[in-house]
Amino acid sequence: MTEHIVKQFDEDLKSLSEMIAEMGGLAEKLVAESISALLRRDINAAQRIIATDRTIDRLQHQIEEKAVLTIAKRQPMAVDLREIVASLRVSNDLERIGDLAKNIAKRVIALEGQLQPPKLAGGVDHMAELVLAQLKKVLDAYARRDAARALDVWKRDGEIDALYTSLFRELLTYMMEDPRNIGFATHLLFCAKNVERIGDHATNIAETIHYLVLGELLTDERPKLDHTSTTPVDYGTEDAG
Amino acid sequence: MARLNSGVHKPLGPVFLLDRLRANRAALLAAFAVLAVFSLIFSIPLWVLILGGVTVLVAALIVPLPRPEPPPAPWELESDKDPLAGALLEALLEPGVLLTSRGTIYAYNDAAANTFGGLRGGDPISFSLRLPEVLEAVREVGAGGQGRLVEYVERVPVERWIEARIGPVWLDQADRADGLPKYVLLILHDLTNIRRAERMRVDFVANASHELRTPLAALLGFIETLQGPAKNDTEARGRFLEIMRTQANRMSRLVDDLLHLSRIEQREHIRPDSPVEIVEIVRSVLDSLAPLSRERGVEIVTSFPDHPVPALGDRDELIRVAENLIENGIKYGQSGKRVDVTVTADNGKARIAVHDYGPGIPPEHVPRLTERFYRVDVGDSRDKGGTGLGLAIVKHIMSRHRGRLLIESPPGKGTTFTAVLDTDGQGKED
Repeated sequence: MTEHIVKQFDEDLKSLSEMIAEMGGLAEKLVAESISALLRRDINAAQRIIATDRTIDRLQHQIEEKAVLTIAKRQPMAVDLREIVASLRVSNDLERIGDLAKNIAKRVIALEGQLQPPKLAGGVDHMAELVLAQLKKVLDAYARRDAARALDVWKRDGEIDALYTSLFRELLTYMMEDPRNIGFATHLLFCAKNVERIGDHATNIAETIHYLVLGELLTDERPKLDHTSTTPVDYGTEDAG
Repeated sequence: MARLNSGVHKPLGPVFLLDRLRANRAALLAAFAVLAVFSLIFSIPLWVLILGGVTVLVAALIVPLPRPEPPPAPWELESDKDPLAGALLEALLEPGVLLTSRGTIYAYNDAAANTFGGLRGGDPISFSLRLPEVLEAVREVGAGGQGRLVEYVERVPVERWIEARIGPVWLDQADRADGLPKYVLLILHDLTNIRRAERMRVDFVANASHELRTPLAALLGFIETLQGPAKNDTEARGRFLEIMRTQANRMSRLVDDLLHLSRIEQREHIRPDSPVEIVEIVRSVLDSLAPLSRERGVEIVTSFPDHPVPALGDRDELIRVAENLIENGIKYGQSGKRVDVTVTADNGKARIAVHDYGPGIPPEHVPRLTERFYRVDVGDSRDKGGTGLGLAIVKHIMSRHRGRLLIESPPGKGTTFTAVLDTDGQGKED
């Protein structure tokens, strides 16, 4: 960040970044906790998560207000303007991530009392591990304005998509095996989808960082490995093992 | 938006005089113009005019310019100015950061720089440590609250349990009077060893009881049959005992693998740092696996660089990685009759690639192979003596080395497992 004659402007920009970092920390925590609540079927933790999501929403409002105020007062240009626009975009993505984590927590409550093989949730855990690594990396990249690291995150999202595809098939198999599984398997499928969406938001943030640092948009097609939306389900030959 | 001028003082001399004239050119021109107008209106004699002009010129050269404001001094770590604070922080041995009461970084020690990787003086601590509980505690302590202990778990890149100790630093009576500490000291104390040991026991019992139950049930069934209906059937006894031996062997391998996995997990947060040589490791593994490949009729084709490939690692664990990958290649790619083992080194990365020409792995299973007890085909894996832990062990070893395991299996083209390691020893944390 170059220094400005008006010290207060530097302070404004820095405190925007600080608020984003804080929001990022909260989002990371919500995602990690919602998954561990899902694995341990911890209703209390789920309720705590639902309550914490409000803090994220409040932070997003504050960031928005501060960003608009800064634009109005300082008339920023070039990298300063991108800085503010980026903080708006990142805060939007983080707020969505918080919502998705909250949705997982709600499903933990809905799943109460249904039996569930622990092996299935293990797949969601594996996915969450990858997503958390992505989220941490992209937030570090934002704090350090590191476009290379952000690009790395952007490229790695394929792994999460592939894992989601695999999990999707496995859950379908369970549902076909025994209709009583459909209830929890559907909830688990939505949880997996939420985790996958969180990964997508991480790549959005990576795109924003690229734009913030280099001033150009990432326009290439991202490597996609999620084929579930185009895969027909073949009931006849599905191996029920 | 302009940058601050750098206050370089100009040397005296003709250049300096010209600069002065240039700087004052507007004022000089105006003065001369006024003089000219005056001389026309009041018809002042020429020598007075020239005298006036020279006076203005000399005045312009002599009157001192206002000194440009010196630029703000570049931000300096407190430890550079105050050796005692720096030395005390270093003496903590654990990552320690001294913050202002507002939560911006004031000084830090080497351990903290290593842990966070991107600390910059003057930045808010939240750029490096985002944990909400810790930030909250820093705020409270900075506002005059009591010191706090916050325990948290870092899940990536490897699981770590950390206790953040946040305490106020009171320097003098004035601080105490207005109730605001001068600084906040943040220390990160690693609890991973203790917590891991606790959890290892729980995990071990859970995994072992679940996975040992099947072979144990089979064993019990055969023992009961041998004691009862098949008491005097020598032919069945021989067959049963053989099956029992296989099951017992499987159980013992399972216990070995579980213990091994636990041991690796126990040390996963400590990156190994002894120098090893990759090619030599792979060669020795190939020697030990030669009987197996002969028995299965699989030809092993190797391709190694002609120079040694040094890296930092744990020899026993890397042997385990190579052994697992090559053994898998031989067992599951047996139908291809050939396994390629390649070691390459470029751009500070060493790669051990094992390619088999077997039936390959269906794409939906590929991303999940490293999960514990995940099997593509349960029966097939058990027949081949697999415990379902081999690739999980490989993954954890690679993660301890901060490396990666890549799996590719395009349909009909066999499977490639590649272990990627940093050879320069300073790979990014990912």
